[in-house]
Amino acid sequence: MTEFAKSNDTDTWDIKITSGNSYLDFHINELWHYRDLLMMFVKKDIITVYKQTILGPLWFIAQPLLTSIMFLLIFNSIAKISTGAVPPVLFYLLGTTLWSYFSETLNVTSKTFTDNASVFGKVYFPRIILPLSKVVSGLVKFLIQFSLFFIFWLYYVFVDKKISPNWYILLTPVWLLMIVLLSFCFGIIITSLTTKYRDLIFLISFGVQLAMYITPVIIPLSEVHGKKKLFFLLNPLTSLFEAFKFGFFGQGILDAKWLLYSATFTIISLAIGVIIFNKVEKRFIDTV
Amino acid sequence: MMSTEVVVKAENISKLYRLGQVGTGTISHDLKRWWALTRGKEDPYLKIGSTNDRTKKAQSDYAWALKDINFEINKGDTIGIIGKNGAGKSTLLKLLSRVTSPTSGEIKIKGRIAALLEVGTGFHPELTGRENIYLNGAILGMTKKEIGRKFDEIVDFAGVEMYIDTPVKRYSSGMYVRLAFGVAAHLEPEILIVDEVLAVGDAEFQKKCLGKMSDVASHGRTIIFVSHNMQAVQSLCKKAIYLKAGEIADVGATDKVINNYLSREVKNCISVQWDDEATAPGNEFIRLVSARIEPKLENETDPITIATEIDITFEFFLHHECNLNLSFFLNTPAGLCIFNVTTASVLLKKGYHAATLTIPGRFLNDDIYTTRILFVKDTSVILFHMDDILTFEVVDEARTGNWYGKWEGVVRPTLPFKIS
Repeated sequence: MTEFAKSNDTDTWDIKITSGNSYLDFHINELWHYRDLLMMFVKKDIITVYKQTILGPLWFIAQPLLTSIMFLLIFNSIAKISTGAVPPVLFYLLGTTLWSYFSETLNVTSKTFTDNASVFGKVYFPRIILPLSKVVSGLVKFLIQFSLFFIFWLYYVFVDKKISPNWYILLTPVWLLMIVLLSFCFGIIITSLTTKYRDLIFLISFGVQLAMYITPVIIPLSEVHGKKKLFFLLNPLTSLFEAFKFGFFGQGILDAKWLLYSATFTIISLAIGVIIFNKVEKRFIDTV
Repeated sequence: MMSTEVVVKAENISKLYRLGQVGTGTISHDLKRWWALTRGKEDPYLKIGSTNDRTKKAQSDYAWALKDINFEINKGDTIGIIGKNGAGKSTLLKLLSRVTSPTSGEIKIKGRIAALLEVGTGFHPELTGRENIYLNGAILGMTKKEIGRKFDEIVDFAGVEMYIDTPVKRYSSGMYVRLAFGVAAHLEPEILIVDEVLAVGDAEFQKKCLGKMSDVASHGRTIIFVSHNMQAVQSLCKKAIYLKAGEIADVGATDKVINNYLSREVKNCISVQWDDEATAPGNEFIRLVSARIEPKLENETDPITIATEIDITFEFFLHHECNLNLSFFLNTPAGLCIFNVTTASVLLKKGYHAATLTIPGRFLNDDIYTTRILFVKDTSVILFHMDDILTFEVVDEARTGNWYGKWEGVVRPTLPFKIS
């Protein structure tokens, strides 16, 4: 455009839109600028779930409660699967609460690109905001469900006196953070891989269901023996769930070696997730 | 005038799209590409892309939606991007708004940029007007504080105070669009990218949108406007970029670029004939046989100018004897009616008939016109009507004098007007 003024190439530019073939150009500042959007999405998720319902957020509590009763009937009463020294209700409540956080977050973040294609196709914002917002809104729901567990737990600790927690309970936020990160990372990896090839989506939806059976949600790890145990332990969630239970119930298996495995697993998948998400977000709209 | 600081600079940007279905075959393409790239060779699919000409069948599975685009936009410029459908306008828009990224090349931008490719992106029907203002504002890149500052203005602009705490699903469509546009209009980016689809809707709303945009432009902010509507581009933009088949065909002052565009792109449809009665437009009462525009030109290849007299003829077959009259509308492509004329109602026998209308020279302005024809029985029953059968363009004649701006008005009659 010769008739327009020539610019000086040494100028500083605020935004550079390139083919985006480099793997490592993250914009932390930009993410910070959009923090309000993150909170807005979280608010939207929470508000819209119970609009036009009578019980509102109470529905969040019904879900783990009913699931636990179901587990109690089927796995405990009928199938006679022991939950060790932990009262079955408490065991199932914690298990389903943690598991539903993980599976729901994974399910929704793994559809980030496909579900939001219409918004992403019209306006730019750092795409990672969306899965992040799902992680946070999931946490709000988790906290409500967790407080239900907490009430039961208080009863069993102080009234029933069947279980005795220990100081490892203070590490709970660490285990929780790792579970949060794992669901987030798996989700963004899957959504990045499925923009072009949808096949994986089918695998994921029932794969997650199956994965529950190799996570100590119904069966405590102490009840699993032999080679099957290794199978459980290779699941990075297993040690985290067990550590959770160890703190609250004084029961469970706390193995530093396997916790380290889970931590390494989390960090590696975080790195992979962020890199491929960052790569895919630039051009997925052409193929979605 | 502002300083000539460059705020947008596009360097050799190209965008390759894969044609047809994505699915089978892409894995093998991806693997081949990956194999070539790891050996340090060129991407095998980047070479074979054809230029983006939709009328021809593509020679390969890939096509360049944009190829080697270079331009600079200065601070305070209002730039129109024009071109036919498929010329790459939308792709360029998507690149500038960062919805997707180029296959090669680089765009550099200085300042805050906001793109309005759609109003109400991310509006949630269950949320109230208030909640949606905050959500939509945040999606468009505003912080909560900024939205809070603009909140009253937005509500005022949209005229929805009463319903601000009602879910937007209960809004009328007019309120919904006004609210959505209200949020968008109160963005304060240094560079604003606007798609013409925004300007759909009623004429009133269109005017409001364009008014808001020229308002923004007058505050020294940069606007990039993508449109088919030459009128809008002309009134809003000082400069224009004309895209053709993914490449820049012309760039410069709006009038010059638009003239170039019109002379190269507008295909007049001045004659249609239906040989097969079964497929001809019509019904059991009436069938069209032909429709044509016959300008009285010295040479057949001359363009129709504002001075040209034009005959418009419709031939039709009438199946039943009846009292018939024809009603003819001349419209602009935007749907504005220039005039409506009717014939007298006459008793016609079953058979072939023709009707001719003459539009005198020095009556129409330079514009593109389309036709609408109605066949009316007993001056009250519409037997058949058809829109947009014929399209023709009237161009300006060579002007004398120093002024070359767009001649205002939907018509341009020569009326007695004298200085005494």
